[in-house]
Amino acid sequence: MVNFDLSSEQKEIKEMAMKFAKNEMMPKAGEFDESGKMPMDILTKAWELGLVNTCIPPEFGGTGFTTLDSMIITEALAYGCLGMNTTLMANDLALLPIALGGNNEQKKRFLTPFTESYKIASFCLTEPGNGSDAAGLKTTIKEDGDHYVINGQKMWITNAGYADLFVIYCTTDPELKHKGISCIVLDDKNVAGLEIGAKEKKMGHRSSDTRAVTFTNVRIPKENLIGNLGDGWNLAKMTLDHSRPMVAASAVGGAQCALDHAVKYAKERVQFNKPIAGHQAIQLMIADMAMNVEASRLLVHKAAWLLDQGKSNTELASYAKAFAADKFMEVATDAVQIFGGYGYSNEYPVEKIMRDAKLIQIYEGTSQIQRLVIAKEIFSRS
Amino acid sequence: MNIFVCIKQVPDTETKITPNGDGTYIETSSIKWIMNPYDEFAVEQALLTKQANSGSTVTVVRVGGVKDTEALRTALAMGADDAILVESDDNLDSFMTAKALKGAIEKSGKTADVIFTGKQAIDDDCLQVPQLLAGMLNIPSVSVVVGCEEAGGAFTLKREVEGGALEVYEVKSPALIACNKGLNTPRYASLPGIMKAKRKPLAQHSLADVGVSDADRRVKYSNFQLPPEKPAGKKFEAMDEAVQASVVAEVVGLLRNEAKVI
Repeated sequence: MVNFDLSSEQKEIKEMAMKFAKNEMMPKAGEFDESGKMPMDILTKAWELGLVNTCIPPEFGGTGFTTLDSMIITEALAYGCLGMNTTLMANDLALLPIALGGNNEQKKRFLTPFTESYKIASFCLTEPGNGSDAAGLKTTIKEDGDHYVINGQKMWITNAGYADLFVIYCTTDPELKHKGISCIVLDDKNVAGLEIGAKEKKMGHRSSDTRAVTFTNVRIPKENLIGNLGDGWNLAKMTLDHSRPMVAASAVGGAQCALDHAVKYAKERVQFNKPIAGHQAIQLMIADMAMNVEASRLLVHKAAWLLDQGKSNTELASYAKAFAADKFMEVATDAVQIFGGYGYSNEYPVEKIMRDAKLIQIYEGTSQIQRLVIAKEIFSRS
Repeated sequence: MNIFVCIKQVPDTETKITPNGDGTYIETSSIKWIMNPYDEFAVEQALLTKQANSGSTVTVVRVGGVKDTEALRTALAMGADDAILVESDDNLDSFMTAKALKGAIEKSGKTADVIFTGKQAIDDDCLQVPQLLAGMLNIPSVSVVVGCEEAGGAFTLKREVEGGALEVYEVKSPALIACNKGLNTPRYASLPGIMKAKRKPLAQHSLADVGVSDADRRVKYSNFQLPPEKPAGKKFEAMDEAVQASVVAEVVGLLRNEAKVI
């Protein structure tokens, strides 16, 4: 049986999140893109309304959303501003390994504080020398009495300058590759040996805070290790099964926003004595954009639905991430094209969306890596 | 304090409206419904009043179709405690609506200490239901309220009058307060609020249950039409000084004889 209807609660969630995106985020998106500052008031308000940390289970103070619910929320927030959404979504990315693999004591210690006030988290996987080749990471973890000692450098860490909690991937021995990887939580931002780099200057998502993070003999209590030593790779994969559809949902939100701007502009802009919406050249572009947005959304919903059914979604998650990201880039580029010269100016919102779109093809696994994941799944079946 | 809020579900302001087949109402099948915007101020004021008076309850009441109950759910998600729906797919007139609201409030078993409503619904713009309801309940009503302070069951209300001046009223509970834009900033329904709303009680009654019948109808709607389309505007060329006097005379003549505005 197939049912494409959202439940009445999901419709309300969507309506509310879109209202927040349009009233609170969109009017300020340009300003924070230009200044590159974190919009703390807007982010805190989003937290107050329950739009953040959707992965926290109700037993630990969360609202109890399904994976599909969180896709609906992310799409709406990304419609409002991709940069602000990245800041909010990065919390889920960091908290997911704890929600998925932590013991009850860890969930209570690490997740519940995020339901009591607006706190910020960072997911630390990528390194200066290891992006797509994540299993080759070099940050080390060593036992020392009742602590672990962490050494190494992480790169492109979202929220790092503001984070109250860091989820760190590290290895007992880089030679072991994915078998050596562990996942540990640092919940003391004042710990000795933690160094947060300068804010990176980025093409898009400029209001989100991205920095390098260096660990020099950082000591973390043993009870902060998620699972056992060597469980990290599996935890990262489980996390990505959740977070990749979420990133794809943000692509859908951004693409829908670009499409809506283009449709509105096409009805207003007059050339050759009629609105450009009356010209077939524009109609064909708009039709392609609309098809791609909806196809992306359906892939996102299916990837999320599989998880809610307790089924494996690794392949669908990569379908959704690669397709939605690539189509978002196309849709955003076409939106700028429809706006013409005005689209290239920052007086109109579509140039920002085009800059923001590019990152979605890169972070959380590039579009190329997604295709390798898909191919691996296909060939492992036969 | 027993606080009631009466709300209406109206077509989204961006919805295209067309008359239905026999012209007795509008085509409702493809409409996106929203809570009447003025009623959002009423819900917010009810919630603020509840917060200031511990032990109070907010009951939200609506008369209308059952197909879409978003407006009631939104009010519950914002923080109202329970809801009453009087089911009717008919286009009721103001009198029937007011009588149904009165019946629903009485049937709740609670005596209303204060009733908040919007000052008007943005679909039919009748501006009658709040006053009719207050009249039927024999309680005072103040409309177009932009300021509301409550202390010990007495309300100090500010009301906008023409020219931007404010009238100040003092009313004692029970009273009906019809809210205007500017009174407050309606809160968002939080996501936990939305999830909790589905577990809050929603009573449903028929019109007959609340004592309303066809005999109560005062207005029969028979002929909904779209307004005539506006003709294209006229342009006058008057860059050449030599023709300006005659163009001005022509424009004045048209304004006087054709548009009949001067």
